[in-house]
Amino acid sequence: MTLGHMKRLPLPLFIHSVPAGFPSPADDYLERSLDLNSYLIKHPAATYLARAKGHSMKGCGIYDGDLLIVDRSLEPKHGQIVIAALDGQLTCKILDKTRHRLLSANKQFAPIAIGEFSELIIEGVVIHSVRHHVHP
Amino acid sequence: MFCLVDCNSFYASCEQVFRPDLRDKPVVVLSNNDCFIVARSAQAKAMGIGDLQSVFDIKSWMQQQNVAIFSSNYPLYGDLSARVMTTLHLFSPNMEIYSIDEMFLYLEGFNQQSLDGSMTDYGRKIKQTVYQHTALPVGVGIAPTKTLAKLANRAAKTIPKCQGVCVLDSAEKWDWMKQRTPVNKIWGISSRFSARLADLNIYTAMELANADPKYIRRHFNVCVERIIEELNGHACLSLEEIPTIKKQIYCTRSFAQKTRQLQPILDAISLYVARACEKLRAQHSLAASVQVLLYSSTYEANYYNSNRVVQLPYPSDDTRLISTIARAITRRLVKPGVAYMKAGIGLLDLSSKRHQQLDLFHPGQAPKTDQLMQVMDKINNTYGKNSVYLAAEGVHQKWAMRQAYRSPAYTSRWHELPVIHC
Repeated sequence: MTLGHMKRLPLPLFIHSVPAGFPSPADDYLERSLDLNSYLIKHPAATYLARAKGHSMKGCGIYDGDLLIVDRSLEPKHGQIVIAALDGQLTCKILDKTRHRLLSANKQFAPIAIGEFSELIIEGVVIHSVRHHVHP
Repeated sequence: MFCLVDCNSFYASCEQVFRPDLRDKPVVVLSNNDCFIVARSAQAKAMGIGDLQSVFDIKSWMQQQNVAIFSSNYPLYGDLSARVMTTLHLFSPNMEIYSIDEMFLYLEGFNQQSLDGSMTDYGRKIKQTVYQHTALPVGVGIAPTKTLAKLANRAAKTIPKCQGVCVLDSAEKWDWMKQRTPVNKIWGISSRFSARLADLNIYTAMELANADPKYIRRHFNVCVERIIEELNGHACLSLEEIPTIKKQIYCTRSFAQKTRQLQPILDAISLYVARACEKLRAQHSLAASVQVLLYSSTYEANYYNSNRVVQLPYPSDDTRLISTIARAITRRLVKPGVAYMKAGIGLLDLSSKRHQQLDLFHPGQAPKTDQLMQVMDKINNTYGKNSVYLAAEGVHQKWAMRQAYRSPAYTSRWHELPVIHC
């Protein structure tokens, strides 16, 4: 049988090389495979996935069709990318807390002023966005 | 202290989570077949739309009034319910899931002497956190017993001053609420019981709490006696953290359209048997009897419903055996010329599979059957419902759920994720 015919076998990764004799106690702790969910999402019960539509956030690297990972449990901070309920529509913008505005990351879109007394409802903080270079 | 967290108009609220335009608007959710209204937002209730009202009667009126109408979207409700539960775990490790939208928490470290302020604050924090994490509004009732926590929750929802949180931690507070609660609104008192209590001049929760427990036990049962103890602040019921095993399993549905033919009814009965048997196997039980129920349309002149219970040859969880028997019953029950609207099956006389009584004259269910059923369940769990099914369930299923107004499965399907405008 040639090498090309051999099936690929997943091998466990050992932390320590194994010389003859006493084995390393660290080998009892095999590394687990990496889990993207647990790496990216800290509050699973409060985190939602959504799809971006439009071009106003290009400057932040969020393009039409990107996947957005939104954490509702975080307190939105100045300068963060947030999801806001604007005129009954879910919208992705940059939060400008000092001047009470929502900013786009595209010069073609003007900042949106939020009335000082009107309550702006922030639906969550965009913690990651995912670009698909090959569509799933 | 027990804390009951109850989601307000749960299904309607779920429909508003990803639709901020519908918050503060009338929203209704329809039953499985778009026949009845099963959930109403506060605004829809205020318009006079009733619980379980037939959609047929008021559909065009609702459309004129711009009421948002949704078919049931159980994947969404189930996912959001699980999120509420996970969020509540932040507040207590001891939780009982009472239903899809009600959870009891046991709050330790609080006792009746602790300051009222701190407990109300804790309740408010639960309410705020659940809203922030899930966008779902909840009512919170806190009291020393589960029955009083139910009363507190009722107060939280009905008394505007409570703002959704009510703590009944002293006798004077729960007495105040008991005087204002009719007996039929107490958890565990059925309308039948409340009619009999009325004969004894017991109309309010207060009057029941002051009744003689021994006397009540003799005339009703031990459960009602326990309710008296609970109403007086003595906890008799504890958290049931493990869901109780069901004694019967039913699966009944209305058809999307009336049918006078036998074949579609047989198909439906087979599917209902398959669903009920999946549930039966999930709780490791065997059924000894099967019931078939058939209903004609209530709008038809010759309204007719019938049902029959048949004993199985041996306790079983075999979809094939139960389906064959249920179909045989159906063939006998169906009357020619009757337009059927609804059918159902029940698995009765359930027993634990582990403690099975073996029959001297019959070996019972073959081990091969167990293996086949396990494989079927495993495939359907992995690849989605109905990946493999009995051909008897019918290949077209014209009668399947009518769901004309279903919202996207926002949280469970990749191609139905909420769209965010950028």
